[in-house]
Amino acid sequence: MNYHRPTSFEQASAIAAAAAGVTRFLAGGTDVLVQLRAGTVTPDDLIDLKHIPGVKEIAPTAEGGWRIGVAVSGADLGRHAGLCADWPGVVEGMRLVGSIQVQGRATLAGNLCNGSAAADSVPGLVAAAARVSVVGPQGRRELAVEDIPAGPGRTVLAPGELIAAIILPARGARGGDAYLRFIPRTEMDIAVVGAAVNLRLDGDRVAEARVALGAVAPRILLVPEAADAILGTPLDASALSALAAAATAAARPITDRRGTAEFRREVVGVLVCRAARIAYQRAGGAAT
Amino acid sequence: MTKTHVTATVNGDPVEFLADPRETLLDCLRDHLGLTGSKEGCGTGDCGACSVLLDDVLVCSCLVLGVEAQGARVETVEGMAQGGTLHPLQRKFIEHAALQCGFCTPGILVAAKALLDRNPDPTESEVRFGLAGNLCRCTGYDKIVRAVLDAAAEMRGAQ
Repeated sequence: MNYHRPTSFEQASAIAAAAAGVTRFLAGGTDVLVQLRAGTVTPDDLIDLKHIPGVKEIAPTAEGGWRIGVAVSGADLGRHAGLCADWPGVVEGMRLVGSIQVQGRATLAGNLCNGSAAADSVPGLVAAAARVSVVGPQGRRELAVEDIPAGPGRTVLAPGELIAAIILPARGARGGDAYLRFIPRTEMDIAVVGAAVNLRLDGDRVAEARVALGAVAPRILLVPEAADAILGTPLDASALSALAAAATAAARPITDRRGTAEFRREVVGVLVCRAARIAYQRAGGAAT
Repeated sequence: MTKTHVTATVNGDPVEFLADPRETLLDCLRDHLGLTGSKEGCGTGDCGACSVLLDDVLVCSCLVLGVEAQGARVETVEGMAQGGTLHPLQRKFIEHAALQCGFCTPGILVAAKALLDRNPDPTESEVRFGLAGNLCRCTGYDKIVRAVLDAAAEMRGAQ
């Protein structure tokens, strides 16, 4: 295994594009090293991104949002007051990943590129309409977070392409987001179901919404029908029951050792309503 | 396989070693530097027996490559005692019998020290949360939590 320490994304991309065998990009390493040890993925070329300037920074964008470097850890996100105020749902999703030890290393970009449908940080990013800046042999492009996973353990990124940053839009007024997951214990487990809701209010009514669901399909789902169920409503009982029904209808879960498909379809409806209520209150709406 | 020359600071001392890029920081600490206090329990970041501080951040050294430690400051359980004087956490673990086989203890001590550096007056819940990444399969956690709370009280009193 060759270990590379590039100092620019273009250099990282060129190393990966020129490599003949298995390549992996290394940020926090909390998935890559586990796969390396288990023998499931043995890279011929391992490309450490932590020496590229800016990868550990959370910087405001010109549009009023945030640009999060690919080596920013979960602990770093949790310590950033501005980001926590704007996007608490994004931060709380990432903060559910692993122990304090894992939080010291694990990154949003790594959680996204690991391609798990149960990735706790991804539904919040999808609901927030986060985008990623991608560098590749053909130059830079920007993609929506929901378009990155191709299926379990796979992404749409071409050989030589890598994520250079995660970009959150401006929070704006009267907005709120939240992420909840179900696990059978209190901490440190993999989501059986996850649900993220991001919304904006006009008066007491939901004017904009995005709903993302985790662990109920091969990929994390953006569910426009669920968002439509609460648009124009004050998130009253009938809106919430329509939201739950839309989430359950969109879910295409499997049965595995963590939960049955039937259980997941039921719980996703419950969680999405609870997340919507929290997002609604964070947006400044009265408790529903 | 080409080995990489790594220089770092471990427990305040400058060190250098030759690392195969596949070796973890834990492998390098144990096999190249002879610091066998950090243990390998799971090797997958679940048990915390290999906990060390890397540039003041608590990490599982099994989830860090040795080559990633280039230029970094690493603190292990071997750095906790000052000469022959045990750290208060180490003394309280003995007083409270907060260990049985002792395999998880170095990682728990390092994690507990990191917790108290951040939060000198934790609640019991905060101690349990702070040590949730460290698994003990012998004693359960009650004596460990008591030892950490007692050490924290003593350390606050000493300041």
